[in-house]
Amino acid sequence: MSLNDLYILVTGSAIAISCGLLGSFLILRKMAMIGDAISHAVLPGIVLAFLISGSRDNIPMLIGAAGFGLLTTVLIELFHKKARLQEDASIGVTFTWLFALGVILISVFSGQVDLDQDCVLYGEIAYVPLDLLIGPDGSIWGPRPMWIGIGLLLMVVIFIIIGYRGLLVSTFNPAYAVSIGISASVWHYLLMGMVSFTTVVSFESVGAILVVALMIAPPATAYLWTGRLRRMLLLTAIFGVLSTIFGYYLAVWINGSVAGGMATASGVFFGIAYVRYRILSNRAIYSNGKHNEHAISHPEMDKA
Amino acid sequence: MDTLFEFFSFNDPNVLIVTLGTFFLGAISATTGCFAFLRKRSLVGDAVAHAILPGIALAFMIGQEKNPIILIIGALISGWIALLSIDHISKNSKIKSDTAIGLVLSVFFGFGILLLTRIQHSGAGNQAGLDKFLFGKAASMSVQDVQTFAIVGLITLIILSSFYKEFKLISFNPDYASSVGLPVRTLEFFLSSLTVLAITTGIQSVGVVLMAALLITPAAAARSWTHRLGSMILLSALFGAFAGLTGTYISYTAPRMPTGPWVVMALSFFALFSLVFAPKRGVLSRIRQQRKNREKIITENILKAMYQIGERHGAQGDVVTEEVLQEKRSFLKREFSLGVRLLRKRLWIIESPEGWKLTTSGVTEASRVVRLHRLWEMYLNQKMNLQADHIHPNAETIEHIITPEIERELIRELDRPERDPHDREIPYTS
Repeated sequence: MSLNDLYILVTGSAIAISCGLLGSFLILRKMAMIGDAISHAVLPGIVLAFLISGSRDNIPMLIGAAGFGLLTTVLIELFHKKARLQEDASIGVTFTWLFALGVILISVFSGQVDLDQDCVLYGEIAYVPLDLLIGPDGSIWGPRPMWIGIGLLLMVVIFIIIGYRGLLVSTFNPAYAVSIGISASVWHYLLMGMVSFTTVVSFESVGAILVVALMIAPPATAYLWTGRLRRMLLLTAIFGVLSTIFGYYLAVWINGSVAGGMATASGVFFGIAYVRYRILSNRAIYSNGKHNEHAISHPEMDKA
Repeated sequence: MDTLFEFFSFNDPNVLIVTLGTFFLGAISATTGCFAFLRKRSLVGDAVAHAILPGIALAFMIGQEKNPIILIIGALISGWIALLSIDHISKNSKIKSDTAIGLVLSVFFGFGILLLTRIQHSGAGNQAGLDKFLFGKAASMSVQDVQTFAIVGLITLIILSSFYKEFKLISFNPDYASSVGLPVRTLEFFLSSLTVLAITTGIQSVGVVLMAALLITPAAAARSWTHRLGSMILLSALFGAFAGLTGTYISYTAPRMPTGPWVVMALSFFALFSLVFAPKRGVLSRIRQQRKNREKIITENILKAMYQIGERHGAQGDVVTEEVLQEKRSFLKREFSLGVRLLRKRLWIIESPEGWKLTTSGVTEASRVVRLHRLWEMYLNQKMNLQADHIHPNAETIEHIITPEIERELIRELDRPERDPHDREIPYTS
C-alpha cells in the first residue's frame, strides 16, 4: 500500500463515518429519503455560490449549499403540512425541481461555471493525493481534502457527543422531548443543517448520489445487527471504514470509480447483514417463539 | 411570436420528433405515476430510475454494442430486481420503507457508476453515449425513439383500460381487494412493471432525476383539482404532455437550454400553481374557508351571548355594553371587534352610545343559534344518555355546524321539546 492509497483511504473513511453517523439518525427518524433529497437539492446552491463568489472557495459553497439544504426541508414540510401533499410526493416534487434548477443554471452559465456534471455525480476521490495543502513555510502538509474530511469527522463527532441526549430523545419520543424542554424542531433543523453541510463537504470527493449510499447503507447494516443506539453508531463507523477499504480495492481491481466501488461494497455488507438477519429471525420463529432481540423494536425507546 | 409560429409549423423535422417524443413521454409517465402516487410509492419510481443503471451497463458489457433492445431488457431486469428488493426488505425486516428505498437507490446506482466508469475507462463509453442515462439528451431523440414511446404508450393504455377497476381497487383499498379474491400482489407487480417500463423508455431522453419528476409531479398537481381517478389520470397526462411541449419550446427558442430540466420546471410550476390555487384543496381556498369558519363562529358566539343576556333581563333588544358581554363570555379583543363589525354590516345589531342592541333579524338569528345549542344538548342528554353537565362543550362546537335539515331532524326526533336539560327555554321562531 502506497502513501497515496493511504491518503485516499483515510479521506474516504472520514467521509464514510461522518455520513454514516448522521445517517443513523436519519433512518431512525424515517427520514432517509429527505437525506437523498438534500443531496440533490444542494446543486443550485453550489452553482449560485460559484457564480456569486466567482471561485471554488469552500466557504461560499458551504453557505450556498447549506442554505439550499435547509430550503429543501422547509419546502418539503410546507408542501406536506400546508398544501397537504403526501410526504413522499412532496419530497419528490421538491428535490427534482431544485435539481432541474441546478442543471439549468449550469447550462446557462456553462462558460463561467467550472463545474462539470460528472464531478457532481461521481466525485473524484482518486485525485485526493494531488491536491496538496502547503504550509506557510512551504512544507507539504498532506492532501487538502484529507484534512477537510478529518475536520468534518471531528465536527460530526462533537455534534453527536454534545447533542446526544437531544438527538436521542427527539428521535425516539418527540412528545416526551417537548415535555422535558427539549425542542424537537430545533434538533430537527440542527440535524438537517449538519446533513446539508456534510453533503457539500463530501460532494467533491464522492459525488451527490454516493453520499446517500454512505448515509443509508452502513447505518441500515448496523441497524440490522443491533437494537442499541450506541452500538449501532459504533458499528456504522466500522461498516463505513470497511466499505471504504473494500470499495477502494474493488474499484482499483476493475478500473472504475472509487465512489461507485464504495457504494457497491456498502451494499454487499448490507446484503450479508440482511441474510444473517433473516436466518436469525427465522430461527427465532421456529424455536418455540423465543423472544428474539432482532425482531423487537428499538430498546432505546424504553430508556428514553 | 415568430418563433412560436416557426415552432408549431414543424418545418424542422427534428422539432416535430422531439415535440412528439416529450409529449408522449410526459403523458405515459404521468399516467403510471398517478397509481404510484395513490399507492404512496412515488419515491419507488425514483429508486427504480436510478437502479436501472447497472442493468444498462451490464447489458452493454455483455452485448458489446449499443443495441437498444438488449439495453432495455437489461434495464427492465435490474429495475425489477430493485423493486423486489425494496418490497422484500421493507416487508421482512425492521428496516422501514424509506430506508429500503434509499438503500436500493444509492447502492444500485453506485454499482452502476462503478460499471459505467469501467466502460468509459476502457474507451468504449463515448461512442456508446451511455452518459445519456444520467442527464438525458432530449434533443437527440430519433424517429425510432418516438415510435418506441408510441408503442409503450399504447401498451400502457391497453393494460390500464383492461384492468382499470382492479388497479383502482388495489390503489385505494388493497385489503378489501384481497378480501374479494383479487390477486393483489400480482396486480401490484403488474402495475409496478408498467412504471418500470415507462422509466426505462423515458430515461434516455430526460435522465435519471428528471424521470422521477415526470412520474411524481404531474400526479401531485392533478390531485389538487379532483378526487376522481379517471379525471386525475387525464389531467396529469395533460400536465405531463403540456410540460413536454413547453420544455421543447423553451429549448428551441434558447438553444443553450436543456430540454429535460425545462420540462421539469414547467411541471413544477403547474404543481405549485395547483397546490396554491386549486379550488377546495388549494392552500388559498383552504385559508379562505378557515377565515369564513372563524368569522361564523365569532359572530354566532356574540349573538348567543347577547341573546342570553336578554333572556336574563326578560326582554330582547335592550342595549348591551361591552363590559357586560365580556363578563358573560370572555372574547379576545381582536376577534370581538371583528365580530361586531361583521354583525353591524349584516344589520343584526345596531350601535348605540353605550353599546349594541340586537335588531329584529338579529334576534331571529341569535335565537337560531341558541336553539341549535339547546336542541343538541337535549339530543346528547336524551338519546346518547350523557349527563347534563357533560354536554355543554360539545354543543358549543356543534351549534355552528348544524344545517337546517339536521335541525328539522332533531326537532322531529325529540318531539319539539320545550326546555333543554338545564331547564332553559328552547326558542322557536315559528
